[in-house]
Amino acid sequence: MLGGMTETLDTDRESAETRRPGVAVDAAQLRAWFMHEVVPLEPALTQYLQHNWRNKADIADLRQEVYVRVFEAARAGLPERPKQFVFATARNLLIDRVRREQIVPIEAAADLDALEIAKDLPGPDRNAIARDELRKLQSALDHLPPRCREAIVLQKVEGFSIREIAERMGVAEPTVKTHLADGMRALANMVYGSTDRQGKP
Amino acid sequence: MSDTREHSALPPYTMDIEAVAAEWIAARSDTASWNDAESAKLEAWLAESATHEVAYLRLLSLWNSADRLAVLRRPMRSEFSAPVSARKGPFLRVAAVILAILAVGSTAYFYSHTPTERAYATRVGGSETIMLADGSRIELNTNTVLRTRITPAQRWVALVQGEAFFQIRHDAAHPFVVETNGHRITDLGTKFLVRNQGERVEVALMEGRAQFDFSDRRTQAHPTVLVPGDVAVATASAISVTRKTTQALSNELAWRRGVLIFDRTSLADVANEVNRYSGKKLVIADPEAARLTIGGTFPTRNVRTIAEAAQDFYGLHFEDHGDEIVISR
Repeated sequence: MLGGMTETLDTDRESAETRRPGVAVDAAQLRAWFMHEVVPLEPALTQYLQHNWRNKADIADLRQEVYVRVFEAARAGLPERPKQFVFATARNLLIDRVRREQIVPIEAAADLDALEIAKDLPGPDRNAIARDELRKLQSALDHLPPRCREAIVLQKVEGFSIREIAERMGVAEPTVKTHLADGMRALANMVYGSTDRQGKP
Repeated sequence: MSDTREHSALPPYTMDIEAVAAEWIAARSDTASWNDAESAKLEAWLAESATHEVAYLRLLSLWNSADRLAVLRRPMRSEFSAPVSARKGPFLRVAAVILAILAVGSTAYFYSHTPTERAYATRVGGSETIMLADGSRIELNTNTVLRTRITPAQRWVALVQGEAFFQIRHDAAHPFVVETNGHRITDLGTKFLVRNQGERVEVALMEGRAQFDFSDRRTQAHPTVLVPGDVAVATASAISVTRKTTQALSNELAWRRGVLIFDRTSLADVANEVNRYSGKKLVIADPEAARLTIGGTFPTRNVRTIAEAAQDFYGLHFEDHGDEIVISR
């Protein structure tokens, strides 16, 4: 079984190497690419990881590991097809983990092949994505703890400065930043569709 | 508690990094206290490991998207009365005359009052670089009129309208003076940006040192000495100086590369800014929409990309009427 998987691994690595030729990518370009092309894939990536990994407690950790691998690889040249690249990386990571841990979750092995079918689906148009994200943000906002929600609404909706928010909420400025930071993490986990509750204060 | 990882979804390591990344982004959102030193510390933290970087970019991406929550703002303040439209400055007539001359064909022209005095102009959307004999360099932005008078005693420039970036070769024996709208900048070896907006004058200093005061000697005000990072805003009677980060200053110079960089800028301000460069004007028909902010890098010559960004980001609608693009909700 492992032998079969090693083969998959090798061919997959090859397909993942289809990047734009050229020299190293500059830092600003790499960051912009990561934010615009990779992060929006997170709901699908999380779903994929959840589907193929038994221990749900590992999901966030695996996701971060996929991000690190994708980011490091993209330094040498931005992948031409980010979606394929991200999912190939995720798949390789799962295979590496399986080999390292000497366990083979049946469902993981089964679904690694199913991935091929999903990845070429055309994406919805940009307006639809924008509206969807706005809707998700609004509903996520309603699920934040009240103080986090208040701080974020005052900053993002009303456009107040940190000092003004501190005055209105009757707290110190560092406290406002803590509420914003906590709320930000919780929003990220809700909007990007991770089902676990980490980051929620 | 046989296995803590069963209870805490993130391993402590990943969770800590996420928490630190969130703190950085919250700190950065405090424009009053964020500065170059903080920015350098953040960059150092990001450079430590790709794990830091991806955690940061993931949250930053979310945080930038959250800007669009501004559409939830209730219509409440009455300070907004009229829709934003193309600005009509007092120099419009001057500009029209000059543009008529420009119709001959060149993007800049000059004529001589005396052998040492010259005038330069750029049309809307144009730019021009002037190299002076002493090696100093002046870059004219869109819709700008500038006069130079170089004599053995003094180097003198008047920014009649518009905006220009100066890179001046210092010469103690021949001070370089820029006059604009009653204000005077005396260079002490420097790079600076001057923008004449009619009712106010803005001077941003990138390098070196410059003295800023009123050119009218009857106004008894102490000269202000500007250091790098200083942005002086002057009206007819007062000068106030604030500081900007290196990043914010370099964004102000993005027009030299043919782009405009906005960072949480209201659509009203974005329209005012981009309309300086374009014959086709951006009009924000809805006062609430005018208060929404956007960020990003846009070409100076294509206002439509901004309308498209507003549509993508906030779901706003726009109509292209040829000579103007009207954005509404």
